[in-house]
Amino acid sequence: MKIPLIYNIRSVSQRPVSTLLTALGIGLVVAVFIAMLALANGFIAALVKTGSSDNVLLLRRGADSELSSGIPREAISIIGSSPHIATAADGRPLMSPETYIVINIPRLGGNEFEVANVVLRGVSDKAFEVRRNIKVIEGRRFASGQSEICVGSKLKGRFNNVNVGDVLRFSNRNWNVVCRFTAEGSSFESEIWGENEQFQNVFRANAFQDVAFRLKDPAGFEDAKRAFLADQRIQIDAHRESEFYASQSELLGNILRFLAIMITGIMSVGAVFGAVNTMYAAVSSRTPEIAVLLTLGFHPRSVLASFLAESAVIAFLGGILGCLLALPINGVVTSTTNWASFSEIAFAFRVTPTLLFAGLTFAVVMGVIGGFFPARRASKLPVIQALR
Amino acid sequence: MKFLPLVLANLRRHRLRTVLTMCSVALALFLFASLRTVVTTLNAGSQVSSASRMITQNSTAFVIPLPMSYAQRLKSVPHVQDVTWANWFGGKYGDGKKFFAQFAIDPETYLRIYPEIQVPEDQKQAFLKERSAALVGAKLLRDFGWKVGDNVTLQGTIFPGDWTFTIRGVYTPTLKEYGEDSFMFHYDYLYEREPTRVTPGWYIMKIDDPNAAPTVAKTIDDMFRNSTAPTKTGTEKAFAAGFASMWGNVKLLMSTIGMAVVFAILLVTANAMMMNQRERRSEVAVMKTVGFSDRRVFGLVIIEAAVIAITGAILGLGAAVALPIITGFGDGGFLPGFHVTPGTLVFGAAVALLLTVASGIFPAWQAAKLPVVQALRRVE
Repeated sequence: MKIPLIYNIRSVSQRPVSTLLTALGIGLVVAVFIAMLALANGFIAALVKTGSSDNVLLLRRGADSELSSGIPREAISIIGSSPHIATAADGRPLMSPETYIVINIPRLGGNEFEVANVVLRGVSDKAFEVRRNIKVIEGRRFASGQSEICVGSKLKGRFNNVNVGDVLRFSNRNWNVVCRFTAEGSSFESEIWGENEQFQNVFRANAFQDVAFRLKDPAGFEDAKRAFLADQRIQIDAHRESEFYASQSELLGNILRFLAIMITGIMSVGAVFGAVNTMYAAVSSRTPEIAVLLTLGFHPRSVLASFLAESAVIAFLGGILGCLLALPINGVVTSTTNWASFSEIAFAFRVTPTLLFAGLTFAVVMGVIGGFFPARRASKLPVIQALR
Repeated sequence: MKFLPLVLANLRRHRLRTVLTMCSVALALFLFASLRTVVTTLNAGSQVSSASRMITQNSTAFVIPLPMSYAQRLKSVPHVQDVTWANWFGGKYGDGKKFFAQFAIDPETYLRIYPEIQVPEDQKQAFLKERSAALVGAKLLRDFGWKVGDNVTLQGTIFPGDWTFTIRGVYTPTLKEYGEDSFMFHYDYLYEREPTRVTPGWYIMKIDDPNAAPTVAKTIDDMFRNSTAPTKTGTEKAFAAGFASMWGNVKLLMSTIGMAVVFAILLVTANAMMMNQRERRSEVAVMKTVGFSDRRVFGLVIIEAAVIAITGAILGLGAAVALPIITGFGDGGFLPGFHVTPGTLVFGAAVALLLTVASGIFPAWQAAKLPVVQALRRVE
């Protein structure tokens, strides 16, 4: 016969402080677990979502980042005549030859050496069409031939002079901030955009770094890649835009995930020890009680199940507590340098339902592991001796 | 002291429980010390950097090179004794899975300005003589199984093509923080082979008086303010600190998690101690009846907590110190010079002390204030 769960709940409420402390210990572990994975999630999401799968990014052959790439002006017209590029409403190819450079901008409240490397992307007027996730939320797009820039929404609050109407100065020239845009949380939101021809003049580099274009046939990526690689006049390689940005996140994403697993791994061992201690103490202080249960005819297996359930319930409470502790960090924006592209990227912690569920499961598993040995001891108590 | 056997006997009563509590304290302090070491290592760059070395780079972006002609002009600035320059190469070796830094340097002046880079004299001469020679860190040599005299081919990502170098020298840094895994070669080689005619990425100056650094920086930056390549100049220290700040909130994150870990373990230990004491109520009552004073009972419980916390601290901090040494984690890579600082150890010791007080004080107070008559009623 099963021992009703109410027995466990009543006995747990008999020692509220120690139950609460154990639950809180497990809760903190779960909170750190969720927070770390939410960080890794947010970072990966920001970069993975940066690209679209029917867009192609052309880089110089051998270049592994936009920063190290270079495509000469002569190559642009050759690329533009490719049949694989979709056509815009005005009949011109739907592509954006881009300049890409990281400039250092002082952080808000930092000294002149505490700088962040912010991406400055010079784009063509088609860029907003090629990158469909870009939405101007304030102001208007920059005009051709003007010293005007648009800033990503995540720059706000982290740097000076990045609001619409401000003047941002870099490379000995003043730039009017005319719009602010979002990009569905992707890393474009950490960038500054302007006209490619303007940026080329300023940085005196007569080359573009990459070309982004929309595929005419979304399934035709392999054909397009083959065609570009076979063209002897240009030295370029084609990448699927989504895959390229995902690969840029690999290194830091892996570091973050490794940290998450290592830290929570060590912490969870500590928490399991805590759970074991609590349950052992619970068992030994309730020895006569258990003996009575056994005398009444409850099967040792029921006693084992009951104590396991009790431990799981405590851990579950801890798990809920951990989820509640971790929830407020959802959406908090943090930033770090992505060393793969040498630029700073801002991203938000992402606490997803899956993650919360994983945290709860993790908590219950910790509780069951922590409760197993004490529960087994309880079920194997010699009745006569314990009843004394 | 004569009560030590009593304390030990108490600890031995639930051997498993004591060991588990000690282990969780050890794990907590290990994690805490390791996380804090990440932060101190990130900050360490600015502490080991020389204040008498200054760096000049392009003020707009570090990726835009500076004209070659700046070398002569920098040399003429008062207080500047020596000038050298370097470029970031950004090549890949083999499958490119393992990252290491490669620099094109002006060999003679660079090694003069960086005495931290120690090279045996014969290897140094061989490196200086040959245009396609490379100087590599001892760890890098070990990691790839290279030997002096080997030809190594890198694929350029910024400077396209295959670049073959001959390893002529191996260096060991005097300080681990400089990293033992860089790859250096002649700037001239890069300049001659690269059709775009590369110019220096940044300049490094040695100045005769560290106090003159602000003046030197201002003189240099004013000199180039209205040129095509305006500069930003500062001490190596300032740049290293700025570099550390690029990690952004990672440092804050590490510290926060470190504190969460400590707090969680505090709860677990305090809980275990409290449960221990609850079991011993009648025992404490007997001790008091036979004449133990309140203060002594209090002391005994605190000492028991201290033994657990201190043993755990020694284990945890010891592991944190030993692990990077055994695995060689701090010899290079992302966190060169990764080692637990004395400051972290002191911090860890303070945490152990706090743990003793926090986990011991409540049960100890309960034991000391235990009403004897009431508690004795339950003695069998």
